[in-house]
Amino acid sequence: MPHIELPAGLPGIRGPMAFSPETARPLNDLVNVLLRANAHRPESGLSEGERELIATYVSSLNDCFFCQTIHGAVASQHLGDDDWSLVKSVKGDYQRAAISPKMKALLTIAGSVQQGGKSVSPAQVEAARAEGATDHDVHDTVLIAAAFCMFNRYVDGLATWAPQDPTLYRYRAQKVAEYGYTHEDHYMPTTDSPT
Amino acid sequence: MPHIPLPDGVPGIRSLVMYRPDTGQHLYALAQALLRAGSPDSTLTSAERELIAAFVSKQNQTDFCMKSHAAASRHLYADQRDLVDQTLADTETAPISAKLKALLAIADHVQADARTVSDELVAAAREEGATDGDIHDTVLIAASFCMYNRYVDGLATLTPTDPAAYEAMGERMGTVGYQLPAPQASPATHLS
Repeated sequence: MPHIELPAGLPGIRGPMAFSPETARPLNDLVNVLLRANAHRPESGLSEGERELIATYVSSLNDCFFCQTIHGAVASQHLGDDDWSLVKSVKGDYQRAAISPKMKALLTIAGSVQQGGKSVSPAQVEAARAEGATDHDVHDTVLIAAAFCMFNRYVDGLATWAPQDPTLYRYRAQKVAEYGYTHEDHYMPTTDSPT
Repeated sequence: MPHIPLPDGVPGIRSLVMYRPDTGQHLYALAQALLRAGSPDSTLTSAERELIAAFVSKQNQTDFCMKSHAAASRHLYADQRDLVDQTLADTETAPISAKLKALLAIADHVQADARTVSDELVAAAREEGATDGDIHDTVLIAASFCMYNRYVDGLATLTPTDPAAYEAMGERMGTVGYQLPAPQASPATHLS
């Protein structure tokens, strides 16, 4: 049961976001810029799907079920990973996953950020640059990883509720991929069977 | 040296939000909402909010955030300013309320592993008068500083060593709050 009284039926972060719309606004603005808008800047070498993969990987390191499941579903939606096998392989052993060497180098940086910011070494940044990562990519990778160390703690620190049914995550992932993140409630099916 | 080319001589998060105002504006808006406004039913003062931020930054060993938010907290506590350093040295013996001690214990667990925030820790805070808003804000302040700290350290930003630099920052944070600095491209407005 959540540690504070949250509106019933809202999964994961959406409960605390409904509780506190004043903080939900900058939080959603941040993810929309970081995971979506920035992918389309000319200096960006990271697609929306790759950004979601970084968010998913960090959430899996923090063992946050809700965040890794919803962002994994959004990554799969962007990357055409219909059976979620690519996301599963990134979470399991990204060095063997079917992703670019640049993404592998950036996931190494993200893993260091999750441990603690000082774990990011000049050698790790150098390795990412050698595979074509720009300053922009390095910056966004560090901030995505850092931001999910916040989101994961927000979700788990208040003991929010997370549904188990993958169908719900698939449904919401399609909406998020198309329209972006919002704390308003018009994505989630109101009945048990999403259509 | 920073891992990416940040504005010269500008410390910590300030260099990052000047480099990237696209994300910086939302990071500052979040800090303003959390460290100043707070949830409607919350009883936490701005000084106490800054103290929670400094405490979590200390646990993450991020000197820049720890020293700047401690300075902001000292500024806001005014004649009670000594309790900030006493709290950072030892929360148990510090002359702060039992409620704030209980909330710092929750913040400590959020920093280490948020899944360990137990019903007992939350009940103990309620017993001392903490509201739902206090608990929400404490968890999100602690969580957000696990982000800010990693952002500042993960890109190896400049950390000043002169204590006077932090007192000036603390005064600015305590008076004007969190507002995006002028972009680096206009040196005439770049006074700080």
